[in-house]
Amino acid sequence: MSKVKIITGTSAAAEAARLCDVDVISAYPITPQTTCVEKLAEFVANGELDAEFIKVESEHSAISACIGASATGARTFTATSSQGLALMHEVLFIASGMRLPIVMMNANRALSAPINIWNDQQDSISQRDTGWIQIYAADNQETLDSIIQAFKIAENEKVLLPVMVNLDGFILTHTVEPVELPDEEEVRDFVGIYEPKHAYLDPDRPITQGPVGVPSCYMESKYNVQNAMNNAEKVIMDVNEEFAKKFGRKYGNGLIETYNIENAETVLVAMGSVCGTIKEVIDDLKQEGKEYGLLRIRTYRPLPINHIREALKNAKNIAILDKDITFGMNKGAVYTDLAGFLKDKKTTNYIVGLGGRDIRQDDIKEIMKHAEKAEDGETKWMGLKEQ
Amino acid sequence: MIEIRFHGRGGQGAVTAAQILAKAAFYDGKFSQAFPFFGVERRGAPVMAFTRIDDKKIRLRSQIYEPDYVVVQDPTLLDTIDVTSGLKKGGKIVINTNKDIKLEGYDTYTIDATDVALEVLGLPIVNTVILGAFTGVTGEVTIDSLKKAIMDTFPKKLGEKNAKAAEVAYNMIKEE
Repeated sequence: MSKVKIITGTSAAAEAARLCDVDVISAYPITPQTTCVEKLAEFVANGELDAEFIKVESEHSAISACIGASATGARTFTATSSQGLALMHEVLFIASGMRLPIVMMNANRALSAPINIWNDQQDSISQRDTGWIQIYAADNQETLDSIIQAFKIAENEKVLLPVMVNLDGFILTHTVEPVELPDEEEVRDFVGIYEPKHAYLDPDRPITQGPVGVPSCYMESKYNVQNAMNNAEKVIMDVNEEFAKKFGRKYGNGLIETYNIENAETVLVAMGSVCGTIKEVIDDLKQEGKEYGLLRIRTYRPLPINHIREALKNAKNIAILDKDITFGMNKGAVYTDLAGFLKDKKTTNYIVGLGGRDIRQDDIKEIMKHAEKAEDGETKWMGLKEQ
Repeated sequence: MIEIRFHGRGGQGAVTAAQILAKAAFYDGKFSQAFPFFGVERRGAPVMAFTRIDDKKIRLRSQIYEPDYVVVQDPTLLDTIDVTSGLKKGGKIVINTNKDIKLEGYDTYTIDATDVALEVLGLPIVNTVILGAFTGVTGEVTIDSLKKAIMDTFPKKLGEKNAKAAEVAYNMIKEE
């Protein structure tokens, strides 16, 4: 039986890993992810989850242990944040290159210096080229649902790539709200049993994994990762539909979600929890007869360019919000990814919420107004103090 | 939507209080959300926590600047912090104190929650007591749901004691 609990985002993530019956967890604690691994350690200690929890001395070791575990054919989960994710960087490529369907929860948090434990998305955005699928959840329910979906996406034979499910640090990780925990049997039926054909441990059939990729085969190996990303687009959509049929919840088409976009000339593009605040503002302004739209990017990698272009075809002003910055361009990464595909539109970029700067409803209204009047290509840092 | 701000000191359970209130509202059939002030918590330092309650799913993710209600768990905070900051005009404030305090422009309610806590719990931990008082003053959640939320937050015996403490405060403030 499903039941509703009032829990934090990190608890929702831990519950999802438990429901998916993961075999191996390896993680190193870091704020604001810590309560997720504490909860998982508790599940394992209480016997609520039959998994191996490998304690390690760093995130570099955590993801390395996950790779070792996943290469034996075990369903593997990890969780991290910020500096921890950055420390994993070089190993993330190995997970995707070896086609290991590891699932990770990342609590989006700013990078030092200055030291900052609060939310932005610079950490995961900086890992966009590592070959990991990236999903951004907008609330705690979506965090739980996305991790369940992530195993099904990652382990699909057409994909076989690791998946990172991102949720905003503190804003979701430390906020309690109602979350429906689906029935354990139904989740296990949905995700199925992971039976890899390419990466597993069998003494009777010894194989080598992760060998040297000489120049004559390295490019093909990378091309295959790109192909897997292409395949993932359809798989993510199918899994979203299948999930909706079984559990009654869906997130746009799995790749993007639109809100009031058909009525609006000005559309905001954003990722993560800020989309909830944007929807509130859109509804408020609708009462005043003003129409604005939202396009939420749920899957940042693969980046569903065609879906985004189609959804924005009638929009005139496109305001792209970034909780990250590409230094030296004065643009966020989401903007730089999209602008080239939206040349016939006016696009503007808003750097918001770095290091936990609160994004208020008035900030959203200011962005909407600015996007209507601004020149094409303008960048505005929101809420910046005079120095 | 109603918004509540809790003021306490690190270790007094302000975050737990905000979460219990969110649970109680959910048991009443409403939607709710609770979160701490996103800071670095230290024992004894002033802390804040927040609860939102609504009839529909809560999507708003910004912090709370203009609460409908304020709860003050520790009377010494009144000297150092502007606890009424942003509180809506005529908004209600519930303060743990043994003094008779009236804050100009606001509907002020006081309860000696420390005394109640010492009597019922044997410990000066006031968060469940003041939740009982808050419930009596505002009626935003039912006392039954509050007790249920308290019971499933703490282990059995402790839960029962805290639910009792909340009920004592609820009745006390109702009678005033």
